[in-house]
Amino acid sequence: MYSDKVMEHFANPRNVGEIADPDGIGKVGNPQCGDVMWMYIKVKDDIITDIKFKTFGCGAAIATSSMTTELAKGKTIEEAKKISRGDVAHALDGLPPVKMHCSNLAADALRAAIKDYEAKKAK
Amino acid sequence: MPERPSKRIYFDHGATTRVIPEVVEAMAPYVSEKYGNASSIHSFGREARTAVDDSRARIAALIGAGPSEIVFTSSGTESDNLAIKGVALHESRGKGHLVTTEIEHSAVLEPCAYLKSRGFEVTRLPVSKEGFVDLGDVEAAIRDDTILVSVMMANSEIGTIQPVREIGKMAHSRGALFHTDAVQAAGKMTIDVDRDNIDLLSLSSHKFHGPKGVGALYVRKGTKVEPLLHGGGHEGKLRSSTENVPGIVGFGKAAEVAQRDMPETAERMRHLRDRIIKTVPETIPDAYLNGHPTNRLVNNAHHRFDFIEGEGLVLLLDMSGIAASTGSACSTGSLEPSPVLLALGLTHEQAHGSLRVTLGRENNEEEVGYLLEVLPGIVSKLREMSPFSKDRPKCGREGGCSVQ
Ligand SMILES: Cc1ncc(COP(=O)(O)O)c(C=O)c1O
Ligand code: FES
Repeated sequence: MYSDKVMEHFANPRNVGEIADPDGIGKVGNPQCGDVMWMYIKVKDDIITDIKFKTFGCGAAIATSSMTTELAKGKTIEEAKKISRGDVAHALDGLPPVKMHCSNLAADALRAAIKDYEAKKAK
Repeated sequence: MPERPSKRIYFDHGATTRVIPEVVEAMAPYVSEKYGNASSIHSFGREARTAVDDSRARIAALIGAGPSEIVFTSSGTESDNLAIKGVALHESRGKGHLVTTEIEHSAVLEPCAYLKSRGFEVTRLPVSKEGFVDLGDVEAAIRDDTILVSVMMANSEIGTIQPVREIGKMAHSRGALFHTDAVQAAGKMTIDVDRDNIDLLSLSSHKFHGPKGVGALYVRKGTKVEPLLHGGGHEGKLRSSTENVPGIVGFGKAAEVAQRDMPETAERMRHLRDRIIKTVPETIPDAYLNGHPTNRLVNNAHHRFDFIEGEGLVLLLDMSGIAASTGSACSTGSLEPSPVLLALGLTHEQAHGSLRVTLGRENNEEEVGYLLEVLPGIVSKLREMSPFSKDRPKCGREGGCSVQ
């Protein structure tokens, strides 16, 4: 039911972990199935230089977390903001319909981390 | 990680089982040469009829029934539907009250819900932390207008074995019929419909090494049941349709083999089960058994692991060559955790991290050893990815509190 790409990211997820002194943290939860995703970013000169995640969720949630960190790493904040839920699913060669909300969670976590970074910067 | 075995390992016998060679062999002639319609008068028909009757006797023997009390159906699901709707809709009833439990298979719960929508009343009994119905609750739930009590013999997820003999007795003392779904129990424990006070009992062939798409309902002599399928009047007018002769022959053979080998296979599975139940909590922190340690199906080991989700467990086990299952929300189409696990009083998070291992007669020590070797690594790999741990547990419905 999952694409090879999803299985590959699930089995070998990139950027798992936490960042000790992050510039932004996004913590989101999925009211539907009760899953949780935390995303940490490090930003330098407006570029996401490091990004890490921790996820409590299904195979798709882990794979989309991993893919989202890959898509965002090295991007400018403006570019990263444009990463949509659809982009994540697309980069994984699609997700089963019942699992689309998992990719939403990953994109939302990234956005939340960026928002947190911008809020901190504005202070 | 230990080396992956050359052969895949199947630990999902609660979902379905392999049709064993003895059964395939018995079925084969009825697919190709002896293809008659069991209702035909000629020799083709007669040999098919004989085969169907032989199977009927074998199934009856497995549960201590008489052959004339066995109705062949297409599945466990159909048997449950025939028992429940068949009892409720018979002209002698047509209204009334049914008692069942929170942990039945959907093949029981859905017919009950359907009857409720048609004006029947249904009581669904809760279960204890270990998954047992309380006899006091059963007694209190049965009313003067209770027509049927339906409680499964053994639970499909956590393997809990219910006190059916006492429940049947209570139902009878109040003039109600007693149905039990024995789909998971059959072939793994002795069943005696007289001793156990059972009026109706559901069986499914594919759960004990028979083919899929064949089942049976035991109907105690004299029990009034309305058919679901009206037609040519097969199976004592209870289930019209040309008999699935090869399927029925395979089912009968599977029942015979299950009964013949039960002392040995049950003991072997029980030993493997107990090894899993003993080892898992010893080798994996924050791992707990679901259900009762001993009063459970000989082939069922069911655990939960804090801080992780079961679909990931099943996928990583699969990558290691092991097939098992989970009651996690993420693995269901509805994204709701297993109602059985919630009925035990587990939280959503606890139900999330569950793993069901259901053994079969062909599993061996080596396979179980391999599972026990790889499982700790798989659990800790998922825990490394999880935001939660003993020091930082999930706060209530944190999943729902969205952006923090
Ligand atoms: C307890 C129980 N009842 C009924 C069924 C349905 O049986 P079948 O698959 O033959 O329709 C199952 C199988 O999933 C089961 O475990
Ligand atoms: S995170 Fe639960 S279904 Fe994907």
